[in-house]
Amino acid sequence: MATSSTPVRKAWRSLGWLAAIIAVLLGIQTAGALFWGWGWTPKLALDLEGGTRVVLAAQLAEGQEVTQEQLNQAVSIIRQRVDASGVSEAEISTQGANNIEVLIPGPLDPETQERLQSSSKLEFRPVILAGTPSTDAVGDDGTETPAPTDEAAEPDVEPTEPAATPNPEPTDASDPNWVSAEIQKAYDDFRCDQIDEVEANLAPADKPLITCDDTGQIKYVLGPVEVDGADITDAFSGQRQGSGGVNTGEWVVNLRFNDKGGAAFKDIGNRLIGLDPPRNQFAAVLDGRVITAPRVLGVTDQPEISGSFTQETSTALAQQLKFGALPVSFEVQTRDSVSPTLGSSQLQSGLLAGLVGLILVVIYSFFQYRALASVTIASIVVAAVLTYLVIAILSWREGYRLSLAGVAGLIVAIGFTVDSFIVYFERIRDELRDGRGLTGAVEAGWKRALRTIYAAKGVNLLSAVVLAIIAVGSVKGFALTLGITVVIDVLVVVLFTHPMLQLLATTRFFSSGHPLSGLDPTALGAVYRGRAEFRVSAAARRSGAGREAERRQTIAERKAAEAAALDATTAKPARTETPARPPQKKKSGSKKGKR
Amino acid sequence: MASGLTKFGNDLYTGERSVPFIGLRRIWLGLAVALMIAAVAVPFVRGAGDFGAGFNFGIEFRGGSQFQVSDASSVDPDIAEEAVHSVVPDALVRVTTVGDDGLRVQTDQLTDAETQDVAGALKDAFDTETVDDSFIGASWGADITQKALLGLGVFLALAAILMALYFRTWKMSAAAMLALLHDLVITVGVYAATGFEITPAAVIGFLTILGFSLYDTVVVFDKIRENTSEMGEESTRTYGETVNLAANQTLVRSINTGVVAALPVAAILFLGSFVLGADTLRDISLALLVGTIIGTYSTPFVAAPLYAMFRQGEPEIAARDKRTLAQRAKSLSTASA
Repeated sequence: MATSSTPVRKAWRSLGWLAAIIAVLLGIQTAGALFWGWGWTPKLALDLEGGTRVVLAAQLAEGQEVTQEQLNQAVSIIRQRVDASGVSEAEISTQGANNIEVLIPGPLDPETQERLQSSSKLEFRPVILAGTPSTDAVGDDGTETPAPTDEAAEPDVEPTEPAATPNPEPTDASDPNWVSAEIQKAYDDFRCDQIDEVEANLAPADKPLITCDDTGQIKYVLGPVEVDGADITDAFSGQRQGSGGVNTGEWVVNLRFNDKGGAAFKDIGNRLIGLDPPRNQFAAVLDGRVITAPRVLGVTDQPEISGSFTQETSTALAQQLKFGALPVSFEVQTRDSVSPTLGSSQLQSGLLAGLVGLILVVIYSFFQYRALASVTIASIVVAAVLTYLVIAILSWREGYRLSLAGVAGLIVAIGFTVDSFIVYFERIRDELRDGRGLTGAVEAGWKRALRTIYAAKGVNLLSAVVLAIIAVGSVKGFALTLGITVVIDVLVVVLFTHPMLQLLATTRFFSSGHPLSGLDPTALGAVYRGRAEFRVSAAARRSGAGREAERRQTIAERKAAEAAALDATTAKPARTETPARPPQKKKSGSKKGKR
Repeated sequence: MASGLTKFGNDLYTGERSVPFIGLRRIWLGLAVALMIAAVAVPFVRGAGDFGAGFNFGIEFRGGSQFQVSDASSVDPDIAEEAVHSVVPDALVRVTTVGDDGLRVQTDQLTDAETQDVAGALKDAFDTETVDDSFIGASWGADITQKALLGLGVFLALAAILMALYFRTWKMSAAAMLALLHDLVITVGVYAATGFEITPAAVIGFLTILGFSLYDTVVVFDKIRENTSEMGEESTRTYGETVNLAANQTLVRSINTGVVAALPVAAILFLGSFVLGADTLRDISLALLVGTIIGTYSTPFVAAPLYAMFRQGEPEIAARDKRTLAQRAKSLSTASA
């Protein structure tokens, strides 16, 4: 057995490590609060803070799968839509394999919901007017942009109704007569960065539309819808085959229509090919924005869009044309709104429940472990400080948000954390029962308890990690808090609870086995037996040397055991589940020998 | 109570007193099997032959619209029902009181316009400004559960491997897994029998039970492993008796950890739901409370006997047990001679 100074020195070193860890975490949090605009409290999830959560589920046909890439693409498109509606701080993320979660602080207005829900609309309209709001530019998709017919608009525009009937009656979709005085005015005033505010880009299919391209560089007046996006059967990118089947290496996007769409498209071609720029262009309009406006170079029902495409841009355009804005269509699966009042009352419920649970645990600990419970309480406090810091830092750095399920995880963790102290304390008591002194019992009990704690907590951590990786939504939040607390629990047991006991073991109050210390050998039944009658010594049982000694003593022991059994049977029938006591005398011999 | 339990612990430790976990294993395992059969039978009976119908699934599984009324002037369910019916006459309405001034009104799936009208009607009826409405697609809960089940499968597989490696015998792993199955089946059975609502939060609770139940089993098995691995050739106990002693020696610890784990959970359950009203807390804690109690019970009463049963048949152990018993009989006869 080591001298008492070594455990004490080790204890202080462990406590030093713990202090260092807390200091580092505190330092990160303080630095965050000072320099990076962090708050001191963890960010709360929607169910505690109030707000709206919408879960959009991908609508998939049987056997169809949505790739992570498509989901990410959808997220960025939905983000644009939400941002465009003026909602700030919305959080949009993929959830699981085919869901998208949209978190919006505050209530959800019907318009925003409409935007989220509406599957995007793709339509083809002929171009009537086109121009750059500020400077000349060449369309990025390779179409030649005609000279601007008009100069930059004034900064402040009123929301306009572009749907006024022009005069005289236009004869076809490309007819400049669509551009009434009102439309002309609206177009003149139109600025691409205000496209969402004025909502000019929402026009009925049979009315002209004022809008911009999706990069905000060109503005258009477009005629009524001539081909609907639903008529597209396929869109794919590929390299143009030149005459004689030679691959020209130029990337193009090919469109395929159904019969109705093909016929309509042919008609457009026939009309547009004879017109002057910009009216020889047709625009593909997605969610009210022009994604491409190529010139018509030939008449076909299987058009090919060319320009300075790369493989990526042609693929992206093909996808946009094929799926509408979203690579797959989505449906609102869940919409959930929580008012801030309800949220904060839920938080209070959780905190109060946690407090009461904590108090109950503390009371029970005092009943069971007397003064030793103070170590439990101190350990819980240390664990709480660590947990709070870790969660605060996670929330500000990694965007973790504490949800009600997370709070429940934390409360449940109180019990699980104290469990490992109990495992440890009971081990120490076992060692005391075996007749060890307190310092020895703490060290021996610790070695065995630690093994058990590692194994048991390992299982706990495993469940938390698996759930955090696989599960979605609230299950994930819960698993994450539980996992964090498991790690912190082990940390606290190793770096705080055990060192504290090592130190306390040297105090008179505990080492003398004061009745209130919770480690009173008398109460633990250790003193009732004489030293020679001690139970199987832990050290002897465990150490190989001890077992070796036992084996060598086998014959002598067997005799002793037989003699003892003889005693035992006179006292008590041997056939019981309870192992007869006296035979164990033999082992005290080996133990003595070892000490 | 404390000193009583401590004394009890002392006696259990020395073997002075002992609960015959292994000796009466036929009774305990029979009881476990009977409980599990009952747990499976209950939903069948309640659902009149349809297993799924035996459970009370939450709105997350059924789908529908939900309105959360706070600061209500009263909590009369009839008023709520009337308000809903004023908009949608034939809607199915479920009203739950939440705390002292809150109500939760669940209906069939409503259109957006209907939802707004119902929210307005509820605001008027209960003279409050705060009515939160939600819409839940029927696939939502199923989606979460599907993921949870996948997680469950992966976890069980990994945990079984981990335990088999740690204890260096798959038999402990198997016994622990069977005990875990026992806990899960019975907890689910309790839900069916009591008609508690199964919500995603309750599913979270079920999943946490896994962790706790295994945790408890690992602690006890660690002691069993320790005791049995130290059994020498000259052991005076049979294998079953050694396992039994280990289970008894850890019994006080089991009780303590069980109580300590259950206390905060019970606090959440009673405060969080009945007094303050927070569904998530109630649903999680209910599953946890039931699971904690059953999980603590099952370790000595199911896992330990199962393990002893698995091992006792091994030739080496059977031979040693036979030797031990023979020696005991010999000393008995020597004594009576």
